[in-house]
Amino acid sequence: MPEIKQYPNKLGLKGWVVGGKWGPERYLYTLHRVTGLGILLYFVMHIFVTATRSISQELWERTMAGVSGTFFLVGEYLVFVAFAFHALNGLRLALIELGVLTGPAEEPIYPYKSSLNVQRPYMVVMMILAAAVVLAGGYDFFIATGH
Amino acid sequence: MSNENEKLQNFIFRVRRFDPGKDSEPYYEDFVVPCGPGMVVLDGLWYIKEHLDPTLSWRSSCRMGVCGSCGMLLNGKPHLACHTQVRDISKDILLVAPLPNFNIVRDLVPDLAPMLEKHRKLNTRIIREDIEEVLEPTDQYWQDPEDLTAYLQFAYCIKCGCCMAACPTLATDDVYSGPMPLTQGYRYLIDTRDGAFRERAKLLSSEIGPWRCHYAGECSAVCPKGVDPARAIQLMKRELVWDLVKLGKRRHQKPVGLLPKENRATERREGIAEAPEFTIEGATSPAE
Repeated sequence: MPEIKQYPNKLGLKGWVVGGKWGPERYLYTLHRVTGLGILLYFVMHIFVTATRSISQELWERTMAGVSGTFFLVGEYLVFVAFAFHALNGLRLALIELGVLTGPAEEPIYPYKSSLNVQRPYMVVMMILAAAVVLAGGYDFFIATGH
Repeated sequence: MSNENEKLQNFIFRVRRFDPGKDSEPYYEDFVVPCGPGMVVLDGLWYIKEHLDPTLSWRSSCRMGVCGSCGMLLNGKPHLACHTQVRDISKDILLVAPLPNFNIVRDLVPDLAPMLEKHRKLNTRIIREDIEEVLEPTDQYWQDPEDLTAYLQFAYCIKCGCCMAACPTLATDDVYSGPMPLTQGYRYLIDTRDGAFRERAKLLSSEIGPWRCHYAGECSAVCPKGVDPARAIQLMKRELVWDLVKLGKRRHQKPVGLLPKENRATERREGIAEAPEFTIEGATSPAE
């Protein structure tokens, strides 16, 4: 039988970002992945920066001087924001993935309600908590320390 | 009839076309379709085929949301075309495209074969050692109502592929099984009649298992039958993790068997109606 030509229609990375008219959980899914990658990138950079201390005192001081200033302060704050979101959303995901926030199987009766409805109040609480941590961190980063 | 015509409103069906014989990539073509109240997208596609362009291709069968053939992307979201009223999702322009995350065979026809292959790989059937009883049943296996409730929701799946099209993990990952096969995998994993929990757990602990799902939840949001694949996948993870750390219920040490003969009802209970009379002479059951 001859092979039929087909057109590949995978969404690719577009499938992560083109949320369109989708639910909030999909945006959290994408944000969780992006913040995870951001934290990983920071972690690698952090290792390189702190490793200079093992080479020489002078290199360490020069490197630390290079990563000070407003640009890096804002960058560090963004890492903190990513951490706060990733940690609290991760806690929500852990509870969901252990079946705690999904509820048991139930008879699908129209209009259908899914596990999304069960976990959504917890999602809202986690995001409010994340926002509170981000605001408190912002106060500490920019106001309390006098930057 | 004139009253009916007054209620008609012209909608533009912007349909994604692709002919493998002559097109190098898909393009959009507009059709003006008069739609009345209650008209579903599938009716509009039939109107185009009968009046405007007989070459338009799609897949459909039952027209009542049962067969799962007509899944397509309508205004950017996966729906069943037979199940979605035009006026519910559009005011004037309706974007109609094939389900993403599947190759396009032609126009609105996606290639569902890879999804069904993943479904097959997860052993989506009851597996037991008493083959004779499975092939030539002498009675029914005994399940509690709770055992039934645990998987019944997931047994309503019609394999339309809408959940696969909505899954962002599948958008970048070919190895991940996806919501439909995993939901069916869970449906058999927790069926108390099944005797292959160990084999299933081993299979699902690999990369084709549920571990790459991080609950975007879109599969459950778009499911036309309320099956809730996102729930099934999380419950599957729980079963597998609990089994690994030896917590929770010890499921499926042995599949349920037939109800012991002495416990079977021998007389009809009060209030249960008799079976209807046979309507055809020589029939062996009333349904014949």
